[in-house]
Amino acid sequence: MAETRQLFDATWIGRAINRIAHQIVEQNEGAEGLVAVGLHTHGVFLARRIAATIEDEEGVEVPVGTMDITLYRDDVGIRSRGPHLPRREGTDIPFDISDRTVILVDDVLHTGRSIRAALDQLMDLGRPRKIQLAGLIDRGGRELPIRPDYVGRKVTIGDDENVRVMLTESDEADVVTVVPREQPGKPQG
Amino acid sequence: MAQLGEPALEWTRKHLLGLEDLSAEELDIILDTAESFREVSTRKRKKVPTLTGKVVVLMFVEPSTRTVTSFSLAAGRLSADTVSFSKGGSSISKGETLVDTARNIQAMGCDVIVLRHSAPGAPHLLARNLECSVVNAGDGAHEHPTQGLLDMFTIRERKGHIEGLTVGICGDIKYSRVARSNIWGLTKLGARVVVCGPATLIPDGIEEMGVEVFHDLDEFIPQCDVINILRIQLERQKSGLFPSIREYARVFGINSERLERAKDGLLIMHPGPMNRGIEITPAVADGPHSVVLDQVTNGLAVRMAVLYLVCGAKG
Amino acid sequence: MAKTTLIENGRVICPGQGIDKRLNLLLAGGTVAELTEGRPEADETIDATGLIVAPGLIDMHVHLREPGMEGAETIATGSAAAVAGGFTTIACMPNTEPAVDNEAGTEFILLQAERAALARIYPVGAVTKGRLGRELAEIGQVSRAGAVAFSDDGSPIHNAEIMRRGLEYARMFDRVVIEHCEDPDLSGEGVMNEGTMSTILGLPGIPSASEEVAIARNIILARLTGARLHVAHVSTAGGVELIRRGKAAGAHVTAEVTPHHLALTDECVRTYDPVFKMNPPLRTADDVAALRDGLRDGTIDVIASDHAPHPPESKQVEFSQAPFGVIGLESLLPVAITELIDEVLDWPGLIATLTVAPAAVLGIDRGTLRPGADADVTLIRPDQRWTLDVERFRSRSRNCPFHGREVTGRAVRTIVGGNTRFRAD
Repeated sequence: MAETRQLFDATWIGRAINRIAHQIVEQNEGAEGLVAVGLHTHGVFLARRIAATIEDEEGVEVPVGTMDITLYRDDVGIRSRGPHLPRREGTDIPFDISDRTVILVDDVLHTGRSIRAALDQLMDLGRPRKIQLAGLIDRGGRELPIRPDYVGRKVTIGDDENVRVMLTESDEADVVTVVPREQPGKPQG
Repeated sequence: MAQLGEPALEWTRKHLLGLEDLSAEELDIILDTAESFREVSTRKRKKVPTLTGKVVVLMFVEPSTRTVTSFSLAAGRLSADTVSFSKGGSSISKGETLVDTARNIQAMGCDVIVLRHSAPGAPHLLARNLECSVVNAGDGAHEHPTQGLLDMFTIRERKGHIEGLTVGICGDIKYSRVARSNIWGLTKLGARVVVCGPATLIPDGIEEMGVEVFHDLDEFIPQCDVINILRIQLERQKSGLFPSIREYARVFGINSERLERAKDGLLIMHPGPMNRGIEITPAVADGPHSVVLDQVTNGLAVRMAVLYLVCGAKG
Repeated sequence: MAKTTLIENGRVICPGQGIDKRLNLLLAGGTVAELTEGRPEADETIDATGLIVAPGLIDMHVHLREPGMEGAETIATGSAAAVAGGFTTIACMPNTEPAVDNEAGTEFILLQAERAALARIYPVGAVTKGRLGRELAEIGQVSRAGAVAFSDDGSPIHNAEIMRRGLEYARMFDRVVIEHCEDPDLSGEGVMNEGTMSTILGLPGIPSASEEVAIARNIILARLTGARLHVAHVSTAGGVELIRRGKAAGAHVTAEVTPHHLALTDECVRTYDPVFKMNPPLRTADDVAALRDGLRDGTIDVIASDHAPHPPESKQVEFSQAPFGVIGLESLLPVAITELIDEVLDWPGLIATLTVAPAAVLGIDRGTLRPGADADVTLIRPDQRWTLDVERFRSRSRNCPFHGREVTGRAVRTIVGGNTRFRAD
């Protein structure tokens, strides 16, 4: 029986964000033309932290958009618990993504289905020059050919477990834990 | 995994037949979903793939232009295929029963039937007899749930909340499905609803629905944060329910002079189509209080939300 | 020597004779021979232990739809439904196609009843030609042909002058006028009771006043003419009160109520299922209470079904489009037992509303187990719990608002003229 246990603390999360920010700048040879889009909810917080880190270091503003992928899910009408309810805030990307490099940010990478939905939505919103994927935790288990460009840490956990990222923007502390899966069969994004 | 810790609330309804059946939580789900979907209409490419492969049949047995257009655009923005079906071009005019017609449509593989019909309860009849989702787009004098929702959405957008507001509904309450859907929805979300109209057009027992009744506009108007003005069907005069158009306009028409006694920030709504100069003067219809066009815009987001939710509930 | 049947060990209830006692009933050659504590020899013995032995029940308000609407019911299927519901005698309304407003039409019904050979059927003739409310029908000849009462049921007689003349004319032949009391102007396009429910559902309402105005007018005309008026299917508290006062004032007025008006309210219409659509419509809980009071104090004399068959397809439409009417021959007795016994009526009281009372209204010598009377007997198992299932009904139609209801009590054997015409399996 799986039990809740801590994987990483606040210090680790801070370092991981710094490292990802540095890798992004290094990979793109600077921060010009970068924009970040976070997936609701924790991906948005991570995107803002990464963007702030880049701005501090490079002095270049990285605009951050937020994305709700509900409208691009592939399970409408086949999910037994009824439809996914979208975030009231919805998708809010108040800048043109065409010809920009979009850093798509999510907290935990798993099946890849959320990322597929996010990629489709980005394509509908414009024609980015490049899209790169950043995730704080990669727990593996991909169901689609999707591979991140930047990862905080790849971890191996049981099928009966989920990774939970908590961030001070909405939670008590910055911490990554492993928790028992609530509903069997419900994959993480 | 963008939405870990997603809301505990779930949407389980396959049909939307009326707002009377819905809980406050369910009303909030629809309004929040609509708010999220509104962004789609601001995109350059006003289309998302959400309902790709779904078929929405717009079965308008009673004529309507704006509601059918709104539903049609809403379905289109979600990439559903739509088929429109009006009385003139249908076998209903050839004597086929409603249930038979709808079963035939269902046999061609449709996911949602959006029904407008002059008979109250017609959507319930289809829901009892079909497998697909049924959305009520107005059934006689019973309910018009998406109109009620878009009115509530507009109020929430403009006022920030619904709870604690006094919403007035003015005119022909007796024959109005808009009035009934508004009364159910608004009272559930904590508004006080007051109605005003001639005694002959205020139906028996309306107080039991949780509203207060007025017959004097000058007493009614100053209490309201929002006034929803209903269209007066001119044929009611012929059935003896009010003496003349002139008298109606005089006694129950909303004009600028009367609004001088209104609260600051009063919203004027009208479900359309308006009889300018009868229940509402042009100055009020086009004046600073009017949110009539917002209502129309918001109708699209609300109908997208409803189609999405009922399609999603079929699993 | 005629065939004899002994029904023994039953609780015999014959309100006409004031009998409620464990007795043995001997039938001989189609008539009642005797009621006795002894045990006479008989060719056949029926053990009625645990059963109520009642005079054959009478339903004085039935629509058999023949001629003209045989898709809904025929005299044969309606007779089968009647005996299955415990009724040995029914009176059938003239709103057929064509209406029963002449001798030939009346004789046709009697002929079909004879062919069906199940229940006794008494035709009710139309008061006006074609039930159009304009000219009096040939009430004298139709009476002679066998009609026991006159009614334009289904429609009210709108014109007060025609109503007055109908009462006066029927009185000459000692015939009662059974009136569907409704003011069509007040009812308008109404399809259900007017009130909070009709407001919520957005359906046009029929106000109680529509029935009350007509009952008041007709009682006044009954007093004017001295004729006998029977108010069909009273449904409103105001209507009951008007009848109560009319009786007190000496008008020759009687009244009937249906099981659906005693057991259901307009809340049922919430589903928009036309199986709850009938005229008069289901009313409110207050009306139900007043109708029950009316039965208790004798203001309402009779319980009748207003059995109104409609084919299924006609009820599978929008509520406002569906025809009015529900069937009741096979649900009346169990629903009445379940709803009324102890709470409203005792057993002799209930049996009276289904035997002597309708017989008196119709002026027929039935509804009694008096020696010499026709051997019409209904055996009732008062405590049997079962579920009403329209699929098992003998009626050709299925529009019963009590389908699926748990009930207590039923007719287990129906004997007409000494012959068993129905036996529960």
